[in-house]
Amino acid sequence: MQGLELKLKERLQKLLDDGTVDCVIGWTKGEFIYDVTPAIFTKESGLDGFVYNSFCGANLSKYLVSQITSDKKFAVILKPCDTYSMNQLITEHRVNRENIYIIGVGCSGHIDIDKVKAQGVSGITNVIDNDNNIIINSIYGDSKIEKASVLLSKCQSCKGSELKISDEIIGEGIKTPTCDERFDGVKKLEAMTAEERFAFWKSELSKCIRCNACRNICPACTCRTCVFDNARSNVAAKANATEFEEKMFHIIRAFHVAGRCTDCGECSRVCPQSIPLHLLNRKFIKDINEFYGDYQAGEESNQRNPLVNFTESDIEATVISDKEGK
Amino acid sequence: MSEIIKDELVPHVAKVISVRTDTNDVKTFGVVGIDGGIMFDHRPGQCAMVSIPGVGEAMFSITSSPTNNQFKEFSIKRCGILTEAIHQLEVGDEITVRGPYGKPFPVDDAFAKKNLLFIAGGIGIAPLRSVINYVRANRDNYGHVDVLYGARSSGDLVDYEEMTKEWANDKDFNVYVTIDRPEDSWGGHVGFVPAYLKELAFDNNRTAVICGPPIMIKFVLQGLIEMGFDKTQVYTTLELKMKCGIGKCGRCNIGSKFVCKDGPVFRCDEIDELPNEY
Amino acid sequence: MKKLALSNLNSLYNAINDKMKLYLPIENNGAVNFGEYSDGANVNLNKMTIKSAKDAFFPQCEDLSNFKKEGKHIIVEQGELVSENFVIFGVRACDVRAFHILDTVFLEGYLDTFYEARRKHGIVISLSCNKPEESCFCSNFGIDPAEPKGDVESYITDGYMYFNPVTQKGAEFMAQFDSLFENSDDKAVKELQVKIGDIVGKLPLSNLPLNEFGGDKLDALFNRPEWQGLSESCIGCGTCTYVCPTCQCYDVKDYKTNTGVKRFRCWDSCMRKDFTMMAHGTNRPSHLQRFRQRFMHKLVYHPANHNGEFSCVGCGRCVAKCPVSMNIVKVMKTLGGNK
Repeated sequence: MQGLELKLKERLQKLLDDGTVDCVIGWTKGEFIYDVTPAIFTKESGLDGFVYNSFCGANLSKYLVSQITSDKKFAVILKPCDTYSMNQLITEHRVNRENIYIIGVGCSGHIDIDKVKAQGVSGITNVIDNDNNIIINSIYGDSKIEKASVLLSKCQSCKGSELKISDEIIGEGIKTPTCDERFDGVKKLEAMTAEERFAFWKSELSKCIRCNACRNICPACTCRTCVFDNARSNVAAKANATEFEEKMFHIIRAFHVAGRCTDCGECSRVCPQSIPLHLLNRKFIKDINEFYGDYQAGEESNQRNPLVNFTESDIEATVISDKEGK
Repeated sequence: MSEIIKDELVPHVAKVISVRTDTNDVKTFGVVGIDGGIMFDHRPGQCAMVSIPGVGEAMFSITSSPTNNQFKEFSIKRCGILTEAIHQLEVGDEITVRGPYGKPFPVDDAFAKKNLLFIAGGIGIAPLRSVINYVRANRDNYGHVDVLYGARSSGDLVDYEEMTKEWANDKDFNVYVTIDRPEDSWGGHVGFVPAYLKELAFDNNRTAVICGPPIMIKFVLQGLIEMGFDKTQVYTTLELKMKCGIGKCGRCNIGSKFVCKDGPVFRCDEIDELPNEY
Repeated sequence: MKKLALSNLNSLYNAINDKMKLYLPIENNGAVNFGEYSDGANVNLNKMTIKSAKDAFFPQCEDLSNFKKEGKHIIVEQGELVSENFVIFGVRACDVRAFHILDTVFLEGYLDTFYEARRKHGIVISLSCNKPEESCFCSNFGIDPAEPKGDVESYITDGYMYFNPVTQKGAEFMAQFDSLFENSDDKAVKELQVKIGDIVGKLPLSNLPLNEFGGDKLDALFNRPEWQGLSESCIGCGTCTYVCPTCQCYDVKDYKTNTGVKRFRCWDSCMRKDFTMMAHGTNRPSHLQRFRQRFMHKLVYHPANHNGEFSCVGCGRCVAKCPVSMNIVKVMKTLGGNK
């Protein structure tokens, strides 16, 4: 990983020096090894503090949305799974492709520090990533953990090592060995009775604190003014007033990104209460696959998603209600 | 039923007793408590939270003078969701009011015995009308009074009747009115307020009070400084989003000052000490 | 000092719960938050809660008033004030200090009667922090995780939970459950406190440049160019605000029900675009301004209004929970020039 960081830094410096780009969207180091922060580096600021390590799991493509009107050129570091979001943003005209220089980076999975802590480790001072195992130093002593068990959930159902869009590639990636089949979680929910499923979501969504982290990080949530922030919409709310409202917020959001969600998993990654929000989106993806044939949002740019594309072979609405009604 | 403790955030019911249409988008509402009284005493420049339950609640300056012991008045410009609903109100309708909030103009100390110059633009006359009528009611306590008032058009002048028919007839009291652009039926002054201010060339032996759109305040203040005024002689009012009115909800702050409780009235030299975020 | 075997804790919970509502850290689907106790609840006193304990006195959402319409008449009813005692159990030292900071906001000046009623009826049983985390930085603010204060201090060590009343209210509370406790000396607790002190000394975030902040630092900080880079990382969500024990800004909203209108207040975040939005615009249109507001409030504006006290207690929740790891520690280190 350190080799990769050096390579990236060297190459990015060159891109800044030769004027290919004006800015770099990457990561800056934090107080610990794991609290890296997405940051914008400029020619003037240089790449001081630039870091790339096992904790750079965030999807940086969203940071380009607010730069759409900028006349600057941005280099951005994207992992294979992030490139789906980039394609989708290009399709939706939410980013200006001409001003973006994509550095695709090989990936072998990123670590979720919360999963490390969930194993009872605290006071962490350093983490050493040794491919299969990670060594954790802490003020309470050292420990060793199997890496696969602390990968980000999105890595545990990795889409593969292929970069769907890039201007150049640095580092070689491997498809993270998947411990989860992508739709296992959804299938489990489908196997439940309606009452059990309701109880499941009620219990999970009751934890929601309405922080909107899921929405703000989501590369598919790019409305200029979200309906939930619009005083004139009559549904604007930041209160967790009732359980019902909680469900509405998340379900409406899932509906709005249906067909456009690339399953990047950021919603679940950022949730401070660890609500498995990605399961809502995956349910839509699974249904879309079943109703319209396999479809992956962001597979390429400028594709039409089946929900906004009529074909004569589309299933009738009754088919859906029959299926759901059984 | 247990004892009812009224929290400051819980409003009182009030009743609209008069509605006056001032302009296309400004109406002035006369309001009393449900017992027919004035609900509370206030000082000139203070505000109150007015609400239509189900629509919202917002801070409005009380435009009537404290010397009006019959009712309170609010001049309200239609510009958002709540003000739109308020404009639908008719005589007899009920609303809620709580207050008074904020620091008033120093009418009994810093203003006493001074010549006063009021400069307002558009709906900015609303808080100043309270002071002006207070001054008129306590005429002996003040020197000469000038009112300079401007609006986009003659149709946008609020309180025009009152200022030209009542104020202008008072002793030692001048009213100057201007509109931004010429109109066929307008025989008065035409031009922006800051420009008219320069034409009028007041001397600096007076205390000035400005209220209006931020851009007008900026240029009027600049004009006053050029005319030799010191910032300590000039007062203005600020307006920001408010929810509680009592310095707790945290949104009307400029630096460490809350406009709802440390304002809305500020002396211009005090504003200089605040960060430029208003 | 009294003690109770950890294996008997459930009997204490049940005894309290028989008399009054009991709120304590409960684990639900892997997330530990303060919740209302019921028999069989999955109590977890070992983990820092995700949300702070501030809900106990300043809940995320509460009704202020109800409005009913009868013809043209409006009838206003005040929302209910808490009128029965309740216990908030297992509160860490940082959250206890945060209650004091909330007091300075809600009890000074205009009295917030909703908050006051909860404060009056709430009994705070604090708990020492036996294993502070690397994200903890409470010692910067003079908080000692080994002396958590509150109405009753408690400690877990040696298979026992030790209780020490601090206030009169705490002593009266203890007296109600006297039969459950054994008398004890404070030897084990003293040993634990020494151990905690050693750990606190090793915590990595214990030297923040506090001198660079305070009520008189407006001019030195407001226009610093570093705000640009810091705010660019922030995604503008409300996670830090909502997990924070001292963030107290709120919104007031109306909600139409079948029978009338409910006016409630809920937590709000200065990071949100609509926070200062009025019909004619906002005075903080840029993300940088909104980002800066939150930190200036904690490190400059609050101290300016409250005798120099910062409105941060170093609980580290924002450090642990920010989706992009931007937090007050990084802001302080960047602006305080020790990075």
